[in-house]
Amino acid sequence: MSIFVDENTKVIVQGLTGSQGRFHGLRNREYGTKVVGGVTPGKAGSDVEGIPVFDSVRDCVAKTGADTSFVVVPPKFAPDAILEAAQGGIRLIVCITEGIPAQDEARVYNILANDYPNTRLIGPNCPGIISPGKCNIGITSGDIAKAGGPVGIVSRSGTLTYQALHELSLQGVGQTTCVGIGGDPVPGTSFIDCLREFERDPDTKAVMMIGEIGGDAEERAAEFIAKEMSKPVVAYVAGVTAPAGKKMGHAGAIISGSSGTAQAKMEALEAAGVKVAPNPTKAGELMVEVVKAL
Amino acid sequence: MDLFEYQGKQYFAKFGIPVSPGDVADNVDKAVSVAEVVGYPVVIKAQVQVGGRGKAGGIKIANSATEVVEHASNILGMDIKGHVVKCVWIEHASDIDKEYYVSFTLDRSAKKHLCMVSSQGGVEIEQVAQENPGAILKLHVDPTQGISSDEARELVTNAHFDPRAIEGATDILVRLYECFTKGDADLVEVNPLILTPEGKVHALDAKVTLDDNAAFRHPEWDEYRKTEELDEREQLARSKGLNYIGLTGEVGIIANGAGLAMSTLDVVNQAGGSAANFLDIGGGANADVMASALEVINSDKAVRSIFVNIFGGITRCEEVATGIIEAISRVDIASPIVLRLDGTNAEEGRMIIAQDKSGKVISKPTMLEAAQTAVELAKGNK
Repeated sequence: MSIFVDENTKVIVQGLTGSQGRFHGLRNREYGTKVVGGVTPGKAGSDVEGIPVFDSVRDCVAKTGADTSFVVVPPKFAPDAILEAAQGGIRLIVCITEGIPAQDEARVYNILANDYPNTRLIGPNCPGIISPGKCNIGITSGDIAKAGGPVGIVSRSGTLTYQALHELSLQGVGQTTCVGIGGDPVPGTSFIDCLREFERDPDTKAVMMIGEIGGDAEERAAEFIAKEMSKPVVAYVAGVTAPAGKKMGHAGAIISGSSGTAQAKMEALEAAGVKVAPNPTKAGELMVEVVKAL
Repeated sequence: MDLFEYQGKQYFAKFGIPVSPGDVADNVDKAVSVAEVVGYPVVIKAQVQVGGRGKAGGIKIANSATEVVEHASNILGMDIKGHVVKCVWIEHASDIDKEYYVSFTLDRSAKKHLCMVSSQGGVEIEQVAQENPGAILKLHVDPTQGISSDEARELVTNAHFDPRAIEGATDILVRLYECFTKGDADLVEVNPLILTPEGKVHALDAKVTLDDNAAFRHPEWDEYRKTEELDEREQLARSKGLNYIGLTGEVGIIANGAGLAMSTLDVVNQAGGSAANFLDIGGGANADVMASALEVINSDKAVRSIFVNIFGGITRCEEVATGIIEAISRVDIASPIVLRLDGTNAEEGRMIIAQDKSGKVISKPTMLEAAQTAVELAKGNK
């Protein structure tokens, strides 16, 4: 099994006619994802390599029966695109857009939480979600993932997600699902949301978690792991050497005062029984040992 | 982006938040003319983005033009913890009856806005939080609802603000929330917010951090960009559109993706070295971006080796390789380059590098081996 998506997930792409939307939408379809439609206002009736384009999410959902949307639009338009998806009846929204203003992000998060409690947002500013062999939504290269499990991956960082997939696949360890939750201050889906689903998923036997500096999401995940998880977790936290007060690329990756340091996160995770690695390669090696011992 | 106090006060004024009458000056003559307009006594405050200005002698009161000349000439050009004072803010000195603290920021855990108020203003809020946490009152604000006057009034009343300050503080809180949300700030903080003996409430300081992601809808922020405190390397990187942070080590770092870049800093550290910078070339970087990144690193005289760590996703490895070759032919790269390529089109990328005749690029198959080599080269290249 997998979490959030599977081989039956029907996906629409908001922004399919843009260069990024077209490139990744078609790549996702090539991977085997059921990409059934696209949305670009004013372009209804056209198509992208056979994928029909609609003016609105509502029309697109009515005609295609899609339940999931891949949002690939610039930061200025992404908040409205996410809300339109929720209003249009989409249950899972994957938004890769980087650079959405924090005020917009907080507002969208709370509108979804208040008015659309059954809609899940993954991202923004994330690589997306891949369940190897079944479904790939986002910008992850499908060929670095390996189907068949038994590891679930959840990560705050894009390229480190690829690194984690790569390290495991090289060692012959497959993945059930890999979720990139994104590096922004208010991600739609948290570590805990993913950990909870991985704990429930019978095919996932162990979880790899990739964190980074800033905020306290890793500490909260550690609390959850200590209380609720029976499956082994291996973690890596990036940014041990990051200076305080500087945004390390991601809007969310900043150490303010003494809070948000990698050291504090690693200690919290270790105290929760998580195997913590000093770098991604070591994390891969630790996971290989964990899988062997299953 | 952090604003200077004077910019913060000007930003506050746009949202109707009362501040002391004053203006900014970058020379002594201007300082005197501002003082004459706002009226003595005046406070002269060094404009630097670092705490402890008062202790360093960067804040002085002047009662006459002679005193303004004396203090302004001392403060302008003063070095406060490595920050050189380029300008001063001069305002009419306020009589202070009470000092308060108010702020808005985002609570990432609660995913709501957080309003904090305290009747113990004028000192570091972190200190109050440690010594007397009960003196700070917190209110979570749903971004879809905002803060109402009634909620603001209740908060400052519960925080034991003076009865004379309640209405003024309530009004300022509501306006400050506008400034925070419509003004696209990550943080707005007033410390102290003061009550004068005449019963007026206004902001005596202003701390504002703007959200760079919202710059597209604030063309007026361009003027703040001009005064931002960046070192030469950071300025060059910005002009080339790169996400760069200067550090103090010897191994130049180029990676794609913020997480991988941070991780690269970590593995260099684990190999016994230290990074000269953080540089994320982002997703989908082409040859030109890669070449620019190498030029920026090359301008840093402390750099002894360069570690290029790429995991291709949207970024294609052959573009990265082409960029490296281009940079070598375009500028004289002073340090050896250690390259690790994985992911999309890594094989093509490695073939391009293999044809390079300059001998400047050393390919390594893994991130850890590359880090080790880069650190060794940096140590041998002093």
